Amino acid sequence: MIVANRKNVQEIRDMIKGHKRVLLVGCGTCVTVCLAGGERETGILGSALRMSLKLIGRGEVVVDECTIERQCDDAFFDAIGSHGAEYDAICSFGCGVGVQALAERFPNTAVYPGLNTQFMGLLESQGVWAEKCAGCGNCRLGEFAGICPITRCAKHLFNGPCGGSREGKCEVREDLDCAWQLIYDRAKNIGSLDKLEEIALPNDWSTALDGGPRKVVREDQCIAGLGPKA
Amino acid sequence: MATYEPLILAFCCHYCAYAAADLAGSMRLQYPNNVRVLKLPCTGKLEVNFILAAFERGVDGVFVAGCLEGGCHYMEGNLRARRRVERAKVLLSEIGLEPERLEMFNLSSAQGPRFAEIVTEMTTRLAELGPSPFRPARGAEEGVREMTKQAEAHLTDEAHGCVAA
Ligand code: SF4
Ligand code: SF4
Repeated sequence: MIVANRKNVQEIRDMIKGHKRVLLVGCGTCVTVCLAGGERETGILGSALRMSLKLIGRGEVVVDECTIERQCDDAFFDAIGSHGAEYDAICSFGCGVGVQALAERFPNTAVYPGLNTQFMGLLESQGVWAEKCAGCGNCRLGEFAGICPITRCAKHLFNGPCGGSREGKCEVREDLDCAWQLIYDRAKNIGSLDKLEEIALPNDWSTALDGGPRKVVREDQCIAGLGPKA
Repeated sequence: MATYEPLILAFCCHYCAYAAADLAGSMRLQYPNNVRVLKLPCTGKLEVNFILAAFERGVDGVFVAGCLEGGCHYMEGNLRARRRVERAKVLLSEIGLEPERLEMFNLSSAQGPRFAEIVTEMTTRLAELGPSPFRPARGAEEGVREMTKQAEAHLTDEAHGCVAA
């Protein structure tokens, strides 16, 4: 899932303070699970912002909240419906995708991010989320015993480890497990150490972000005649 | 402000602080009468939004009173509450309100005198801090009543479950 965390109250307050009516929109999917932008967290930030605005003499700014099922799908914005037009600014508590989707849906309304979107990751233990995938567009986990060196090796090495791997820890950050130690251990467990004997080829980064935003198209699913949006 | 009397909302656990407050009453202990008690089935029920909602309605201070550490009926509800209180304090500082207006206490149901002491301690502290900048003109009493009603409705609502007394 997409993992995010909240911005500082003052930072959000300063983004929205020039507006008269602000709608905070929470998202009921990934960011609810990572406790950053669901109904409860959006409510907390709503309370905090109203109080913070009052303290700087901007108490007249209206701050309302609503949380929709999902922000990364235009269909769910119907739940906001015409209410959106009653506000001159929207602050999204979804990931960066949600913020941009709201900006597309409400072209004449200022849209701000309430969260800092961090990464695609996994719950490691209660309250702790860890990055696992950088969305490189050409998944090579099969070569690396199911552990992603792009995301989890601090130097993104395809042929690791580097000389700084010490007792399973990475030289870049001591709280970090060396991804290549993990790859080696797991390869050993699953009997695929021989794969590591081969030199891994450089990645084809043309499938990654470097060439501008990517698009996934399923022609068979596109509505006939409409095709993918240009 | 000579007439300022701080209004305090106390989130009290049914098993300890609430009973302690009761005991303080039957022991006829004297303590400031400006505290309003909101009973929770366990302080683990407390969420940060309850605390902020209270401050937004204009109470001058909030305290959360749960069982002694190790004595929670639900194992660790009071430990979770403590961490949530810490988080709420961080938010209060970001808002610009003194985090000292909020505190977590632990006591057992037998500690009536301790309950009276806590109320006195918080009252003194809040008297020094002065009234909340969010006090509505008509006073915060109504806000607290409204919140208590909402919380009671929430707790007795089957969908949310409630502890058997
Ligand atoms: S190889 Fe690419 S797609 Fe696969 S986990 Fe790593 S970043 Fe993600
Ligand atoms: S120590 Fe391991 S994880 Fe760290 S940079 Fe070197 S190979 Fe990568």
